[in-house]
Amino acid sequence: MAVAEFDIPEMKDDIEIPKLREGVMSHIKSFPAPKSVQDFMGYPHELGEDWKERAIDKMGDLLGKYRSLKVFLDACVHCGACTDKCHYYLGTSDPKNMPVARQDLMRQVYRRYFTTAGKLFPKLVGAKDLTKEILDDWYSYYHQCSECRRCSVYCPYGIDTAEITMAGREILNHVGMGQKYSNEILGKVQKIGNNLGLPGPALIDTLEGLEEDIEADTGVPVKMPIDVKGAEVLLITPSADFFSEPHVESLIGYAKVFHAAGINWTLSTHAAEAGNFGLFNGNYETMRKVAMRIRDAALELGVKRIVVGECGHAWRVAYSFWNTLTGIGYGGNDPFSIELQKQLDPTYPQPQHICELTNDLIKSGRIKVDPSMNDDLIVTYHDSCNVARASRMGTEPGGQFTIPRELIKSVVNNFHNMADDTIYEATYCCGGGGGVLTDDLMEVRVKGALPRATALNNVVKEYQVNFMATICAICKAQFTKVLPKYGFDMSMVGGVHQLVSKAIKLD
Amino acid sequence: MSTVTMIYAGMFYIATFLLVVGLVYKIFDYSRTPAPLVIPTTPAPTTRTGVVYRMAKEVVVFESLFKSNKWIWVFGWLFHFGLLLVLARHLRYFTQPVWFWVDIVQPFGKYASIMMVAGLAGLLARRFVVDRVRYISTPSDYLMLVLLIAIGVSGMLMTFVAHTDIISLKEFFMGLMYLDIQPLPQDPILMVHLALVASLMVIFPISKLLHAPGLFFSPTRNQVDNPREHRHVAAWAARLDQNN
Repeated sequence: MAVAEFDIPEMKDDIEIPKLREGVMSHIKSFPAPKSVQDFMGYPHELGEDWKERAIDKMGDLLGKYRSLKVFLDACVHCGACTDKCHYYLGTSDPKNMPVARQDLMRQVYRRYFTTAGKLFPKLVGAKDLTKEILDDWYSYYHQCSECRRCSVYCPYGIDTAEITMAGREILNHVGMGQKYSNEILGKVQKIGNNLGLPGPALIDTLEGLEEDIEADTGVPVKMPIDVKGAEVLLITPSADFFSEPHVESLIGYAKVFHAAGINWTLSTHAAEAGNFGLFNGNYETMRKVAMRIRDAALELGVKRIVVGECGHAWRVAYSFWNTLTGIGYGGNDPFSIELQKQLDPTYPQPQHICELTNDLIKSGRIKVDPSMNDDLIVTYHDSCNVARASRMGTEPGGQFTIPRELIKSVVNNFHNMADDTIYEATYCCGGGGGVLTDDLMEVRVKGALPRATALNNVVKEYQVNFMATICAICKAQFTKVLPKYGFDMSMVGGVHQLVSKAIKLD
Repeated sequence: MSTVTMIYAGMFYIATFLLVVGLVYKIFDYSRTPAPLVIPTTPAPTTRTGVVYRMAKEVVVFESLFKSNKWIWVFGWLFHFGLLLVLARHLRYFTQPVWFWVDIVQPFGKYASIMMVAGLAGLLARRFVVDRVRYISTPSDYLMLVLLIAIGVSGMLMTFVAHTDIISLKEFFMGLMYLDIQPLPQDPILMVHLALVASLMVIFPISKLLHAPGLFFSPTRNQVDNPREHRHVAAWAARLDQNN
């Protein structure tokens, strides 16, 4: 199916707040999940007679399970603080891409069915009966949100539109309107072990090829072990690292780090995927099932440490949710979590981010680097949304900003930050996160990348930056695809461990 | 006892009842609803004390709003802080003898009404002037501001222009509190002021004014960032572990 042509937004000197243009993105409709995909997930694939009841029932169920949803639907005062904070609004000027308006798509229905004021005076408080038109709006605009949480930073009550979007998609799934892209991937990861559907033998073959490449390139036999029982470290990394460019350069970087530090590590065919699209759909059970693969692999292989590769939402799930979902972490006092936690080495954070690991190794002198190997590069760093606003590295708040930068600065000599209001907690999403990284949403992706492209353009002009490092598989895939539309070379995007890979000294 | 007094006495009993019951129910409902996942907006404090400090900054100086939009912050903060002082000043109608700090706050509370109404006017103007805010505004958003402005202006009229009989007014409210109803001074401005306040009390627990208790239950603000160190499991989610 061909995707309609669209205009690439014009990059200005600064990120500008556009005037509203109602309905300009209402034609967006991500490909719906077909029967086979929905069947596997246990969802219907088309609207039944009773879709309205199912939707309202599901909303009631979620309101009882998630305090976030209940409080966020009640607390908004329509102050407007979030209205200019979403990259999709800035890039599209469709008012339904303002966080509050996106929330209101659900809030109007919530008010009608679950609040006194909405039941008595619907017009007064903007409450509406659930209709097919509203459901279609949900499908369109809940797939124009990357769940990046930028709005939640600026909301005086911390309302996180991601929570609403997740609930919206969960309800859509329950009535039979699933999204092909995310649900297909959730099927693959559960059936095959990774999002790409790469079977074990193919993966092993790929890794052998990479080992040969590294040895040909460096003369050092750096290994990429897989399914090694008794290894110290289990590396869980996004499957894009195994074959996509530029992702694979970072995988080579991780392997070199483990080699240089003499750490006995392994990958797992059963859990060859850090990504967890269960997050995007807001289904706790699915997210848990996908995360359980990692627990199973850790128990099976008997590893002492679990390290996570460069992936934004995966690091959110790993850092914030793995302990809850699977017991990977500390502090459990139930048999389920103790079984795993007694196996893990308490001298390391569990799970640990690869940037935490490498940065510690460089600082302690266990691995040596030569930053001049990257002297051809003038580097900036894109904070990935889920790392920035939904996780941490190190022991201090904000370590997710300082540790990757420390690491970059130790392996490159030229580094410049982008503008302050586009980095750290204010970072703009790449435009492809949260289940949006699919060709059928290309218009959303290109337009949503406008704020980041603008900020990048300014450091390119001012400092001649020629490389933007990031630690997210989705950011890398998204930027290499959409930045060329803004006139950038796709090779200027890559991982932090791609830089490490060039600078590290191997014996 | 005049009919008007009886109506107003009844009105305030009902309004107080609805406000208290409504708020208690909402707070109970929020607190019993689990937050199954750790979702603070990071960087977030890693200790409980840190969270108290974060929340205090949100409540007292509207930290997130300050980061977000200086106009909304200025108007919002003027309104809320003005309202706080005005409410403190009103405690003199409900305390005998009047608490010493309520005495101190009297002149401040008097002029804080100007802050309050100015802030509200700014917020209302934004609803008309800024296209994004106009787009998201519902009729109730305008009416809520108009209601608060009307309360503020009617109060200011009695403070600055046409004084009402505050001795009798205090006797009326003290009487309400001790179930010994005293006549309400039948001043039209006062009656408008009080009727609007009573309606605000009724609206509070069924409207967006729930942002006040809601903020304290917002998981993105009130959670500690320590998921690697502490296993956080909601009751309904813990049952999944047992099937394993």
